[in-house]
Amino acid sequence: MRVLPRVTPRISQAIAFALLWMAALMVILPVTALLVVMFVKGRGSLSWSLVTSTEAGGLLAPIVGTTALVTLTAVIVAPVGVAAAIYLSEYARAGRLVRLIRLAIVNLAGVPSVVYGLFGLALFVMLLHFGRCLLAGACTMALLVLPLVITAAEEALRQVPRRLREASFALGATRWQTVRRVVLPNALPGIITGLILSVGRAAGETAPILFTAAFYSLTDPFPKSLFDPIEVLSYRLFVIATEVPRIEEGEKWATAAVLVALVLGLNALAVIARARLRRARRW
Amino acid sequence: MVKQRAQRGWEWLIERAIQVAGAVAIIFVLMIFVFLLRDALPVFKATTARELLAGKDWLPTAEPPRFGFLPLVLGSLYVTIGALALAMPLGLACAAFISEVAPRWMKEVLKPGVEVLATVPSVVFGFLGLLLVGPWLADVLNLPVGLFAALGSLMLAFMAMPTIVSVSEDAIRSVPAALRENSLALGATQWQTIWRVVLPAARSGIIAGVLLGVGRAIGETMTVLMVTGNAAVIPEGLKGLLRPVRTLTATIAGEMGETVVGSPHYHALFAMGLILFLIAFLTNTIADAAIRRSGRLGR
Repeated sequence: MRVLPRVTPRISQAIAFALLWMAALMVILPVTALLVVMFVKGRGSLSWSLVTSTEAGGLLAPIVGTTALVTLTAVIVAPVGVAAAIYLSEYARAGRLVRLIRLAIVNLAGVPSVVYGLFGLALFVMLLHFGRCLLAGACTMALLVLPLVITAAEEALRQVPRRLREASFALGATRWQTVRRVVLPNALPGIITGLILSVGRAAGETAPILFTAAFYSLTDPFPKSLFDPIEVLSYRLFVIATEVPRIEEGEKWATAAVLVALVLGLNALAVIARARLRRARRW
Repeated sequence: MVKQRAQRGWEWLIERAIQVAGAVAIIFVLMIFVFLLRDALPVFKATTARELLAGKDWLPTAEPPRFGFLPLVLGSLYVTIGALALAMPLGLACAAFISEVAPRWMKEVLKPGVEVLATVPSVVFGFLGLLLVGPWLADVLNLPVGLFAALGSLMLAFMAMPTIVSVSEDAIRSVPAALRENSLALGATQWQTIWRVVLPAARSGIIAGVLLGVGRAIGETMTVLMVTGNAAVIPEGLKGLLRPVRTLTATIAGEMGETVVGSPHYHALFAMGLILFLIAFLTNTIADAAIRRSGRLGR
């Protein structure tokens, strides 16, 4: 005798789909809710004077430091990353070397950020005697975002249609002339989008700069040269959350809100830029 | 003529530079490995491999110091396995939902939504766990402190889910439509098709997504440093999840600032870095092979 109704395929489908719906909501909703709470709690203490103040808890120094860090990171990573992408897209022939390069890129992207910190400490801070400073931090960070930049730039280069290259060759241009005058200009928007994305990533990272660049200072927060340590937003948030007790709770939330706004803002910028440029360019 | 030749020399130089840059990723992977190894090996002047890997005490500043990695390795495992237990089923279900079930408008909300979540910095997750989720959970579960292994797992799961979702979603989407159509034509429901046809066909890509998630979770630093309480004790049983633990990454991040450069403690921290690097290398290489396999199946 059957007590329970038979589970027909349709019923099991309904149950399964309900569970899938719930899973999707569980991925999105809790974190979204946490971020909303953060912005609400931070809004009360967020003011123009907090963002422009250099007193304890003031955010001017870390904002300046973060800007300097990510700008220098982009300046260092751009030529290397784009050159590597040009090699992969325009020069390399499929083979063992290219497979090895791709494997290395994947692995570079997977190295834990704190391990980048160790590497930066051993190479830039100690061996090259940079000391704990802006330059050492930017070099470490450049390495961290390198795989991102190579991947994005290569994709941008590959999207330039073949016939443009062929037309250039047909006019007698050499390979480098074609790359320089035809492919690069057409891929530039995509490359810049990739750079903005990697800057966004660099702006949020903490572990790589822990032992290579960051410090917390109340007396002399601004770097005078490449060889000075810097205040960074992410590091500031870490310090005031875990170590410094005399910061108002509201200011902590405000600091977190500013950091998230900065990172999301940079990502939004990249998305908007990509959408715009995609519309402007139809092949 | 002269100008042309000069230009050709210039071009030759640039093209060689581009070739060197092409190999830059390989060079840096090797360099990272060599530098970690160089600063990790001197630790054996102060201790043995046996004590390092099996020693039960991490007391680097005691007299004499003890450099047992076991509590930290177990701490990392606890937090990571906990995170995966949450993130794997949810991330996979979310990926299946996005690519197979969700109505179009919802797809257009969920996909960018997940991508946005992937960009939230780890220090922010640590902050939220420390000030918001931890105290709340401690209150609900009646725990003495709001810093424990499972909290690290939870926050890490939030961070690893976007990775798992986007990689497995790619894998599921690349399953050929013909497979689905055949299954539906045989009278299978949509769910039967997903469960018995689509997911098995996307297996390799899904495994890759999970592995990348594992790699991300084991290497994650700031979140874990801030929310797991950092007690270097060996976690025991399921109860260990509700006690403070300390992971490899958190130990490096928390202690490197206070050690003397060149001391055994310093070298021990580099040895941990080397272990983390090797774990990441392994998971990423396998994941890469799996992705390549699923790409071939998709065609």
